[in-house]
Amino acid sequence: MTGARMTLRDGLLPAFPALALVIFFLIPFGIMLTVSFFHRVPEAFYEPAFEFANYARFFSPFFGKILVFSMFVSACAAVLAVVIGFPFTYFLSQMPRRQQIPLIVFLLAVLSLSEVIIGFAWSTLLSRTAGVSNLLVWVGLMERPEAFTPSFTALLLGLCYLGFPYTVLVMYPSLSRLDPELPEAARMLGASPMRSFFTVIVPCLRNTIVGTLILVFVFTLGAYLLPQVLGRPQHWTLSVHITDQAIFQSNLPFAAAMAIFFLLVSLALVGLTLLVGKDTETAA
Amino acid sequence: MSEHKNGRTRAPGKVSRRRFMTATAAAAGVAAVGLPAVHLRAADPLKVGTYGGYFKDSFDKHIYPDFTKATGIAVESIGEPTGEAWLVQLQTAARAGQAPADVSMMAQVTRIKGQNAKLWAPLDEAKLPNTKRLPEHFVHRYADGSICGVGAVSWYITLVSNTKTYPKAPTSWKELWNSANKDRLGLLALVSNSFLLEVTAATWFGGTKILDTEEGILKVMQKLAEVKPNVRLWYRDEGQFQQALESGEIPMGQYYHDVTGLAASKGQPVRSTFPAEGGVLDSGSWCVSKASKQIEQAQVFIDYMSQPSTQAVLSRKVGTAPTVPRKHLDLTAEEFAAVASDIPAIIPRYDMYEKRSDWLNQKWSELIAG
Repeated sequence: MTGARMTLRDGLLPAFPALALVIFFLIPFGIMLTVSFFHRVPEAFYEPAFEFANYARFFSPFFGKILVFSMFVSACAAVLAVVIGFPFTYFLSQMPRRQQIPLIVFLLAVLSLSEVIIGFAWSTLLSRTAGVSNLLVWVGLMERPEAFTPSFTALLLGLCYLGFPYTVLVMYPSLSRLDPELPEAARMLGASPMRSFFTVIVPCLRNTIVGTLILVFVFTLGAYLLPQVLGRPQHWTLSVHITDQAIFQSNLPFAAAMAIFFLLVSLALVGLTLLVGKDTETAA
Repeated sequence: MSEHKNGRTRAPGKVSRRRFMTATAAAAGVAAVGLPAVHLRAADPLKVGTYGGYFKDSFDKHIYPDFTKATGIAVESIGEPTGEAWLVQLQTAARAGQAPADVSMMAQVTRIKGQNAKLWAPLDEAKLPNTKRLPEHFVHRYADGSICGVGAVSWYITLVSNTKTYPKAPTSWKELWNSANKDRLGLLALVSNSFLLEVTAATWFGGTKILDTEEGILKVMQKLAEVKPNVRLWYRDEGQFQQALESGEIPMGQYYHDVTGLAASKGQPVRSTFPAEGGVLDSGSWCVSKASKQIEQAQVFIDYMSQPSTQAVLSRKVGTAPTVPRKHLDLTAEEFAAVASDIPAIIPRYDMYEKRSDWLNQKWSELIAG
């Protein structure tokens, strides 16, 4: 009896995540995939059909450029967030516990800010009338206040800010579990703290770093407000154009086709990163 | 204030829970008592749909009570979503012989789409004497001449500026092209709500006739592309631009005349100017679903709304431009200037958006973001 019950439970337990995956991911994805082949009816919404017109419209130099730019800006944001976040998390993990907690709570609080608030806060901070340039003028570093937004840098800053708390929270467990004897040993062998950081700590956590890069990359790909608020039209990512089609043009088939293609390309890119990571691991 | 325009353009309307429950209770009551359906219909209020949010609230407060007092016809106010969604709902319901609203306020492009689908009931001109005063562009007709819609409310999009940055008011839309305004403008981001093609056509091509053909539209777009270096912000969210205009961060652009005037009256350093080429006059129109069983009452309502006195109330209380020409109105000069101007308006080419929506949208995206 006990044996039978155990098998039943053993069978049900993995079924739960599988079910959740089907309900919350596969079914919505299936609906989107279906709609992406539907026929757009300008005077209504769409009609069931099976056609490639929506994908055909997407395959143009115009959308190709936008796709490449979207990937590029998210990759930049991911790299920047990790470059800043990794040393930050390392030093955070070295602090006494009592000092760590308020900092982590602060980071969690930043997570509660929506994209809208982050976007508007940065656009004010970088504005001509109320922004940091006024401070620089006051200090004497600039002649007159200037607007730093909208620009590519402003967009990148906003995306990094959005991804930074995730960077820290994902890397924190691995870094705090890092055996302190490793860097100590390196230092005893005569490595400078800088050198031991780059030759011992960073390689030890290569998987964590790659994982974090992918997370921030994928996360910032979905940002559709920051590019509108902090970027110029040439900085509008594919997410902005998908929103325009879905909400303002009521062209759901085209929006779905763009989203599917975007998803596939991102997945391919992430897969490629993991594959390359595995190869170097075996080579090493 | 952004709620004001959001209500006008995109706030999603919903049937409130309270109204839903009353309706359900009424239906249940009828079923239980077994009243004949005809009896119920006689007591049915006229269902009038306006954009949920600011418009619905204002109409509930300033218009419907007086209408009921004057005509004895009760109104059930329906908040409708803007854009295509309401048109689709009306169409689907009409196929089943139902009308979620008898009269609906429709944006012009959706009004034309409904007209093409013959969704609107033809109205009896003899029952609408007040529409005689309306200009032609506010009386919409089927090909056979019968009326299928009447202008309800209108509003202007004008050239706005920050009074501190520009002590002298600009006089022409040509200011948008002035290289002295590099990186200083805020313009609406979508082709279908900015009406910048009409503005460009009226300013540089002697009118919107050029927008008849695709070649003409592309020529206008080419001219419009010249403003790109001057544009700091292509906005979708009105609040974003208004705040930047008030602070002087983005000191010039296109915006709603009445909202700008309201901000100025509250002490903000902003002004709205009707350029020599005219402000853009956008509007909503009353249309009656062909499935409505209250066409008579709907006609009484539309005629009531087209009276000069009702239009004056709308201008004073809701801030819309009157559909009736100024000479019929008792608005003071100040009241009139707050909502409109005597300079002939630029009327949007709604037919263009209806006919070429996807093509236009694609070319526009390439123009702005390319």
